Amino acid sequence: MASAVSVTDLRKTYTGGKGPTVEALKGVNLTVAEGDFFALLGPNGAGKTTIISVLTSLITKTSGTVEVFGTSIDTDPSLTKTHIGLVPQEFNFNIFEKVENIIVNQAGYYGIPRGQALKDAEPILKDLGLWEKRHTPSQQLSGGMKRRLMIARALIHHPKLLILDEPTAGVDVELRRSMWTFLRKMNEEGTTIILTTHYLEEAEQLARNVAIINKGQILVNEPMQGFLERHDNKKLEDIYLEVIGVGEAE
Amino acid sequence: MTPKKQLIGYYTMMRAEFVRIIRIWSQTLLPPVVTTTLYFVVFGKFIGSQLQPIDGFSYIQFIVPGLIMMSVITSSYMNTVSTFYFAKWTRTLDEILVSPMPNWVVILGFVSGGVLRGLLVGALVLIVSLFFTHLVIFNAFILVSALVLTSVLFSLGGLINGVFAKGFDGISIVPTFVLTPLTYLGGIFFSIQQFSPFWQQVALFNPILYMINAFRYGFLGISDISIALCFTVLIGLVVLFTGTAMWLFRKGIGLKQ
Repeated sequence: MASAVSVTDLRKTYTGGKGPTVEALKGVNLTVAEGDFFALLGPNGAGKTTIISVLTSLITKTSGTVEVFGTSIDTDPSLTKTHIGLVPQEFNFNIFEKVENIIVNQAGYYGIPRGQALKDAEPILKDLGLWEKRHTPSQQLSGGMKRRLMIARALIHHPKLLILDEPTAGVDVELRRSMWTFLRKMNEEGTTIILTTHYLEEAEQLARNVAIINKGQILVNEPMQGFLERHDNKKLEDIYLEVIGVGEAE
Repeated sequence: MTPKKQLIGYYTMMRAEFVRIIRIWSQTLLPPVVTTTLYFVVFGKFIGSQLQPIDGFSYIQFIVPGLIMMSVITSSYMNTVSTFYFAKWTRTLDEILVSPMPNWVVILGFVSGGVLRGLLVGALVLIVSLFFTHLVIFNAFILVSALVLTSVLFSLGGLINGVFAKGFDGISIVPTFVLTPLTYLGGIFFSIQQFSPFWQQVALFNPILYMINAFRYGFLGISDISIALCFTVLIGLVVLFTGTAMWLFRKGIGLKQ
């Protein structure tokens, strides 16, 4: 199967400013197959968001190669960006803007005419339970609705690859389950999904393949089922703690 | 990204900015109009009526072009620097940075927003000025060219400031300590012919002098400096600032880690 993402020897060192130099990624190799539901796990500061930021061109890599659907982010960043929908960790939409405008403006940045974007937004907003709130300023939404708005915004240009950076952080159980259903449906319809999360049950439920990163290095990268079986079908949380070296200390 | 899609991206940025400027008109359009009206009343009517004509024009007629230009400069600069820095600070800029729009479209979008606000404010100040004096247009092409180029230049300046700004202090330092003094000393209220030869030479180092003189020439047909030199300086600075903005975006300085 063709790869949606191919990362080879990716390195990122944060330098400059008054802070210390930090080697965030130390030669990461990673492949995500087209159509996969891929979980990227790791503790805070492990390098997950840095990988995502390199993929989406929000930060500049120090070295290494990154391809999205066979196209290098260096040679044709415009094309690779067209394939990606990003749901970042932090809310980063204009809080004074109405829900519908946030979505439609985002579509415009991808070259989708406003009229078309309004049509395209309807099923997405309905699927995510935001249709009734489309004329509401985003600052008036609840936390869960804001999370769903971030997903809706990322989907408006019909990306082939959806990257979710802790999309269910701070979301109640009921909503989290409904988001799982939505993401499964997206994946079944052909969208490749990369998910980072601290809810390991979420990764276990959703992902077919898993990678664990710590201190800028990939420690595990294999099918979820095989990974669990190799560890005697223990809970993912326990295996995860062992892998990142916390379990033994406890 | 095809040219048509780039145009849609640009239109989207412009539309969003236009809606924002109009939505908060009491912050974006009204203050410069109020301030300039006070200038017209105090300097134009009260003090100006006591002064001798300059090059055959009443004092208020002489200062109107400079006051319009001052409003355009300030509005263009402040619009771009505040919009860009706010987008950077709230991370809403990422919406644009993750999109396939090339850098030049993004720069054009931000700069056009500044130009739009600058021209709207300029038009409003011009309308207000007509309540205080009558104006003639000596050369519409020079007038419009000087106005648009100056607005583009200071929108670019605001963008570059926004790229480097690390806090809200960083977006107010340049307007307060650089832009305001240069504008006031840029020949709004006086002709440099009134200076001694030494200070006339010093004044020539102020780029705003060239813009105000070019614009005043468009209205009144008088200028302290040759129009060709005014436009050479103006176009040179626009090219320099455009190149700088493009380079900053290409390198990701102030945008990416």
